[in-house]
Amino acid sequence: MQRVPPLAVMLSALFAGGLFGFGLAYSTMVKPESILQFLMLKNMGLLLVMGGAAGVTFVAYHLLPRLMKRPVFGVAFGKHPSHLDARTLIGAAIFGVGWGLSGVCPGPAIAGLGVGNWPLLLSVVGILIGAWLHGRFFGKN
Amino acid sequence: MNSIAQWFPMGWEPFLFGGIFIGLGVSVLFWLTGLIGGISTAYTAVWSLVSRHPFFQHEKFVSTRNWRMMYGLGLILGAIVFTFTLGHGEGFVTHVPLWQLLVGGIVGGFGARMGGGCTSGHGICGVGSGQLPSILAVIIFLCTAIITAHVVHALGGF
Repeated sequence: MQRVPPLAVMLSALFAGGLFGFGLAYSTMVKPESILQFLMLKNMGLLLVMGGAAGVTFVAYHLLPRLMKRPVFGVAFGKHPSHLDARTLIGAAIFGVGWGLSGVCPGPAIAGLGVGNWPLLLSVVGILIGAWLHGRFFGKN
Repeated sequence: MNSIAQWFPMGWEPFLFGGIFIGLGVSVLFWLTGLIGGISTAYTAVWSLVSRHPFFQHEKFVSTRNWRMMYGLGLILGAIVFTFTLGHGEGFVTHVPLWQLLVGGIVGGFGARMGGGCTSGHGICGVGSGQLPSILAVIIFLCTAIITAHVVHALGGF
Protein backbone atom coordinates (compact mmCIF):
# COMPACT_ATOMS: atom_id res chain seq x y z
CA MET A 1 0.00 0.00 0.00
CA GLN A 2 1.14 3.53 -0.73
CA ARG A 3 2.49 5.36 2.31
CA VAL A 4 0.71 8.55 3.31
CA PRO A 5 3.10 11.40 4.19
CA PRO A 6 1.85 12.65 7.60
CA LEU A 7 3.25 16.17 7.27
CA ALA A 8 1.47 16.63 3.93
CA VAL A 9 -1.82 15.53 5.51
CA MET A 10 -1.33 17.96 8.42
CA LEU A 11 -0.58 20.87 6.08
CA SER A 12 -3.53 19.92 3.84
CA ALA A 13 -5.84 19.95 6.86
CA LEU A 14 -4.47 23.32 7.95
CA PHE A 15 -4.96 24.84 4.47
CA ALA A 16 -8.42 23.33 4.00
CA GLY A 17 -9.41 24.52 7.48
CA GLY A 18 -8.15 27.97 6.49
CA LEU A 19 -10.48 28.14 3.49
CA PHE A 20 -13.33 26.86 5.70
CA GLY A 21 -12.64 29.47 8.39
CA PHE A 22 -12.31 32.24 5.81
CA GLY A 23 -15.73 31.20 4.48
CA LEU A 24 -17.28 31.08 7.95
CA ALA A 25 -16.09 34.63 8.63
CA TYR A 26 -17.06 35.87 5.13
CA SER A 27 -20.56 34.39 5.44
CA THR A 28 -21.04 36.09 8.87
CA MET A 29 -21.64 32.67 10.48
CA VAL A 30 -19.13 33.67 13.20
CA LYS A 31 -21.81 36.11 14.41
CA PRO A 32 -24.45 34.25 16.45
CA GLU A 33 -26.73 37.24 15.75
CA SER A 34 -26.67 36.34 12.07
CA ILE A 35 -27.75 32.76 12.70
CA LEU A 36 -30.44 33.80 15.21
CA GLN A 37 -31.81 36.25 12.60
CA PHE A 38 -32.16 33.33 10.23
CA LEU A 39 -33.81 31.15 12.88
CA MET A 40 -36.28 33.98 13.53
CA LEU A 41 -36.96 33.78 9.76
CA LYS A 42 -35.84 37.37 9.16
CA ASN A 43 -32.83 36.62 6.94
CA MET A 44 -32.52 33.65 4.63
CA GLY A 45 -28.75 34.06 4.18
CA LEU A 46 -27.90 30.84 6.02
CA LEU A 47 -29.69 28.82 3.35
CA LEU A 48 -27.31 30.31 0.75
CA VAL A 49 -24.33 29.44 2.97
CA MET A 50 -25.39 25.83 3.36
CA GLY A 51 -26.55 25.56 -0.25
CA GLY A 52 -23.33 27.08 -1.62
CA ALA A 53 -21.14 24.92 0.59
CA ALA A 54 -23.07 21.69 -0.02
CA GLY A 55 -23.24 22.45 -3.76
CA VAL A 56 -19.46 22.82 -4.13
CA THR A 57 -18.93 19.76 -1.92
CA PHE A 58 -21.44 17.74 -3.95
CA VAL A 59 -19.47 18.38 -7.13
CA ALA A 60 -16.14 17.53 -5.47
CA TYR A 61 -17.42 14.38 -3.75
CA HIS A 62 -18.89 13.05 -6.99
CA LEU A 63 -16.28 14.18 -9.51
CA LEU A 64 -12.94 13.66 -7.75
CA PRO A 65 -13.24 9.87 -7.20
CA ARG A 66 -14.01 9.54 -10.92
CA LEU A 67 -11.12 11.71 -12.04
CA MET A 68 -8.45 10.35 -9.69
CA LYS A 69 -7.59 6.86 -8.44
CA ARG A 70 -6.77 8.22 -4.99
CA PRO A 71 -6.35 11.53 -3.19
CA VAL A 72 -3.07 13.41 -3.66
CA PHE A 73 -1.76 12.50 -0.17
CA GLY A 74 -4.04 9.59 0.75
CA VAL A 75 -4.81 5.99 -0.07
CA ALA A 76 -8.56 6.24 -0.66
CA PHE A 77 -11.47 8.66 -0.79
CA GLY A 78 -13.61 8.46 2.36
CA LYS A 79 -17.37 8.56 2.85
CA HIS A 80 -19.38 10.45 5.44
CA PRO A 81 -20.70 7.83 7.84
CA SER A 82 -24.35 8.54 8.47
CA HIS A 83 -26.93 6.10 9.77
CA LEU A 84 -30.68 6.14 9.62
CA ASP A 85 -31.48 5.31 13.26
CA ALA A 86 -32.99 6.80 16.39
CA ARG A 87 -29.64 8.18 17.61
CA THR A 88 -29.13 10.24 14.46
CA LEU A 89 -32.64 11.69 14.53
CA ILE A 90 -32.84 12.34 18.30
CA GLY A 91 -29.28 13.70 18.32
CA ALA A 92 -30.13 16.06 15.46
CA ALA A 93 -33.21 17.29 17.34
CA ILE A 94 -31.14 17.95 20.50
CA PHE A 95 -28.42 19.67 18.45
CA GLY A 96 -31.06 22.00 17.01
CA VAL A 97 -32.23 23.00 20.51
CA GLY A 98 -28.68 23.96 21.52
CA TRP A 99 -28.07 25.73 18.23
CA GLY A 100 -31.33 27.67 18.57
CA LEU A 101 -30.42 28.73 22.11
CA SER A 102 -26.93 30.04 21.29
CA GLY A 103 -26.79 30.65 17.53
CA VAL A 104 -23.43 28.86 17.55
CA CYS A 105 -22.47 25.59 15.88
CA PRO A 106 -19.19 23.71 16.33
CA GLY A 107 -17.30 25.20 13.36
CA PRO A 108 -18.16 28.88 13.91
CA ALA A 109 -17.42 28.46 17.63
CA ILE A 110 -13.77 27.89 16.71
CA ALA A 111 -13.56 30.22 13.70
CA GLY A 112 -15.22 33.01 15.69
CA LEU A 113 -12.11 33.24 17.86
CA GLY A 114 -10.27 34.38 14.70
CA VAL A 115 -12.47 37.46 14.35
CA GLY A 116 -11.97 38.30 18.04
CA ASN A 117 -15.38 37.00 19.12
CA TRP A 118 -14.00 35.87 22.48
CA PRO A 119 -17.34 35.00 24.17
CA LEU A 120 -17.49 32.03 21.77
CA LEU A 121 -14.79 30.44 23.95
CA LEU A 122 -17.71 29.63 26.26
CA SER A 123 -19.40 27.81 23.38
CA VAL A 124 -16.20 25.88 22.66
CA VAL A 125 -16.04 24.85 26.33
CA GLY A 126 -19.75 23.98 26.27
CA ILE A 127 -19.42 21.82 23.15
CA LEU A 128 -16.42 20.05 24.71
CA ILE A 129 -18.52 19.33 27.83
CA GLY A 130 -21.40 18.11 25.64
CA ALA A 131 -19.08 15.84 23.63
CA TRP A 132 -17.69 14.42 26.89
CA LEU A 133 -21.16 13.80 28.36
CA HIS A 134 -22.14 12.01 25.17
CA GLY A 135 -19.00 9.87 25.04
CA ARG A 136 -18.95 9.07 28.76
CA PHE A 137 -22.60 8.18 29.24
CA PHE A 138 -24.02 7.39 25.79
CA GLY A 139 -21.02 6.40 23.70
CA LYS A 140 -20.90 2.95 22.18
CA ASN A 141 -17.79 1.51 20.65
CA MET B 1 -36.09 43.17 -6.22
CA ASN B 2 -38.19 44.09 -3.20
CA SER B 3 -38.68 40.47 -2.30
CA ILE B 4 -34.94 39.78 -2.49
CA ALA B 5 -34.24 42.68 -0.12
CA GLN B 6 -36.98 41.43 2.18
CA TRP B 7 -35.46 37.96 2.55
CA PHE B 8 -31.84 39.14 2.46
CA PRO B 9 -31.71 42.44 4.36
CA MET B 10 -27.91 42.17 4.62
CA GLY B 11 -27.48 41.29 0.93
CA TRP B 12 -26.97 37.82 -0.50
CA GLU B 13 -23.35 38.02 -1.68
CA PRO B 14 -21.44 37.38 1.57
CA PHE B 15 -23.61 34.37 2.32
CA LEU B 16 -23.24 32.73 -1.08
CA PHE B 17 -19.54 33.56 -1.54
CA GLY B 18 -18.77 32.57 2.07
CA GLY B 19 -20.62 29.30 1.55
CA ILE B 20 -18.57 28.62 -1.58
CA PHE B 21 -15.33 29.12 0.39
CA ILE B 22 -16.61 26.69 3.06
CA GLY B 23 -17.36 24.16 0.33
CA LEU B 24 -13.91 24.72 -1.17
CA GLY B 25 -12.32 23.97 2.20
CA VAL B 26 -14.19 20.67 2.51
CA SER B 27 -13.42 19.87 -1.15
CA VAL B 28 -9.70 20.66 -0.92
CA LEU B 29 -9.41 18.42 2.14
CA PHE B 30 -11.11 15.63 0.17
CA TRP B 31 -8.99 16.22 -2.96
CA LEU B 32 -5.68 16.25 -1.09
CA THR B 33 -6.31 13.62 1.59
CA GLY B 34 -9.64 11.84 0.91
CA LEU B 35 -10.77 12.87 4.42
CA ILE B 36 -14.32 13.99 5.22
CA GLY B 37 -14.18 17.31 7.03
CA GLY B 38 -17.01 17.57 9.55
CA ILE B 39 -16.12 19.58 12.64
CA SER B 40 -17.99 18.16 15.62
CA THR B 41 -15.92 14.93 15.71
CA ALA B 42 -12.89 17.08 16.56
CA TYR B 43 -14.39 17.90 19.97
CA THR B 44 -14.65 14.20 20.86
CA ALA B 45 -11.23 13.48 19.35
CA VAL B 46 -9.61 16.11 21.62
CA TRP B 47 -10.85 14.14 24.66
CA SER B 48 -8.76 11.18 23.52
CA LEU B 49 -5.75 13.19 24.71
CA VAL B 50 -7.06 13.41 28.29
CA SER B 51 -9.64 10.73 29.00
CA ARG B 52 -8.69 7.07 29.43
CA HIS B 53 -12.34 6.07 29.03
CA PRO B 54 -12.49 3.39 26.29
CA PHE B 55 -14.97 5.34 24.14
CA PHE B 56 -12.54 8.24 23.73
CA GLN B 57 -9.63 5.86 23.08
CA HIS B 58 -11.37 4.42 20.03
CA GLU B 59 -9.10 4.26 17.01
CA LYS B 60 -11.35 6.60 15.00
CA PHE B 61 -10.61 9.42 17.47
CA VAL B 62 -6.98 8.65 18.34
CA SER B 63 -5.88 8.23 14.72
CA THR B 64 -7.67 11.35 13.44
CA ARG B 65 -7.12 13.81 16.30
CA ASN B 66 -3.96 15.35 14.83
CA TRP B 67 -5.37 16.33 11.46
CA ARG B 68 -8.66 17.36 13.12
CA MET B 69 -6.80 19.75 15.44
CA MET B 70 -4.86 21.17 12.47
CA TYR B 71 -8.18 21.64 10.66
CA GLY B 72 -9.49 23.52 13.72
CA LEU B 73 -6.35 25.67 13.86
CA GLY B 74 -6.95 26.39 10.16
CA LEU B 75 -10.47 27.63 10.99
CA ILE B 76 -9.02 30.26 13.33
CA LEU B 77 -6.25 31.28 10.91
CA GLY B 78 -8.70 31.53 8.00
CA ALA B 79 -10.97 33.80 10.05
CA ILE B 80 -7.96 35.95 10.99
CA VAL B 81 -6.98 36.24 7.31
CA PHE B 82 -10.55 37.29 6.47
CA THR B 83 -10.55 39.90 9.23
CA PHE B 84 -7.41 41.59 7.89
CA THR B 85 -8.36 41.38 4.20
CA LEU B 86 -12.03 41.61 3.21
CA GLY B 87 -12.99 42.33 6.83
CA HIS B 88 -11.04 45.64 6.89
CA GLY B 89 -9.48 44.77 10.25
CA GLU B 90 -12.83 44.90 12.03
CA GLY B 91 -13.57 42.07 14.45
CA PHE B 92 -16.90 41.22 16.00
CA VAL B 93 -18.02 40.47 19.56
CA THR B 94 -21.44 38.94 20.15
CA HIS B 95 -24.10 40.30 22.49
CA VAL B 96 -25.78 36.94 23.01
CA PRO B 97 -25.86 36.36 26.82
CA LEU B 98 -22.93 34.28 28.04
CA TRP B 99 -25.09 31.63 29.72
CA GLN B 100 -26.86 31.01 26.39
CA LEU B 101 -23.51 30.51 24.66
CA LEU B 102 -22.39 28.02 27.31
CA VAL B 103 -25.65 26.08 27.77
CA GLY B 104 -26.35 26.11 24.03
CA GLY B 105 -22.86 24.72 23.52
CA ILE B 106 -23.37 21.88 26.01
CA VAL B 107 -26.77 20.89 24.60
CA GLY B 108 -25.70 21.38 20.97
CA GLY B 109 -22.38 19.57 21.46
CA PHE B 110 -24.12 16.61 23.09
CA GLY B 111 -26.73 16.44 20.32
CA ALA B 112 -24.23 16.81 17.50
CA ARG B 113 -22.18 13.91 18.84
CA MET B 114 -25.19 11.71 19.48
CA GLY B 115 -26.56 12.53 16.03
CA GLY B 116 -23.21 11.90 14.34
CA GLY B 117 -22.80 15.38 12.88
CA CYS B 118 -23.66 19.06 12.95
CA THR B 119 -24.15 21.75 10.33
CA SER B 120 -20.85 20.75 8.70
CA GLY B 121 -20.87 16.95 9.07
CA HIS B 122 -24.52 16.44 8.09
CA GLY B 123 -25.32 19.82 6.52
CA ILE B 124 -22.36 20.01 4.15
CA CYS B 125 -20.53 16.66 3.96
CA GLY B 126 -23.61 14.44 4.37
CA VAL B 127 -25.91 16.48 2.13
CA GLY B 128 -23.01 16.94 -0.32
CA SER B 129 -22.69 13.19 -0.63
CA GLY B 130 -26.46 12.82 -0.99
CA GLN B 131 -27.05 10.76 2.16
CA LEU B 132 -30.68 10.47 3.22
CA PRO B 133 -29.99 10.24 7.00
CA SER B 134 -28.02 13.50 6.79
CA ILE B 135 -30.76 15.24 4.81
CA LEU B 136 -33.29 14.15 7.46
CA ALA B 137 -30.95 15.28 10.25
CA VAL B 138 -30.67 18.75 8.66
CA ILE B 139 -34.45 19.09 8.33
CA ILE B 140 -34.91 18.02 11.98
CA PHE B 141 -32.26 20.33 13.46
CA LEU B 142 -33.45 23.29 11.39
CA CYS B 143 -36.97 22.73 12.78
CA THR B 144 -35.98 22.34 16.43
CA ALA B 145 -33.59 25.31 16.16
CA ILE B 146 -36.26 27.57 14.66
CA ILE B 147 -38.75 26.53 17.36
CA THR B 148 -36.16 27.03 20.14
CA ALA B 149 -35.16 30.48 18.87
CA HIS B 150 -38.79 31.59 18.76
CA VAL B 151 -39.51 30.26 22.26
CA VAL B 152 -36.38 31.90 23.72
CA HIS B 153 -37.26 35.15 21.94
CA ALA B 154 -40.84 35.04 23.25
CA LEU B 155 -39.50 34.54 26.77
CA GLY B 156 -37.36 37.65 26.40
CA GLY B 157 -34.03 36.06 25.47
CA PHE B 158 -31.33 37.51 23.19
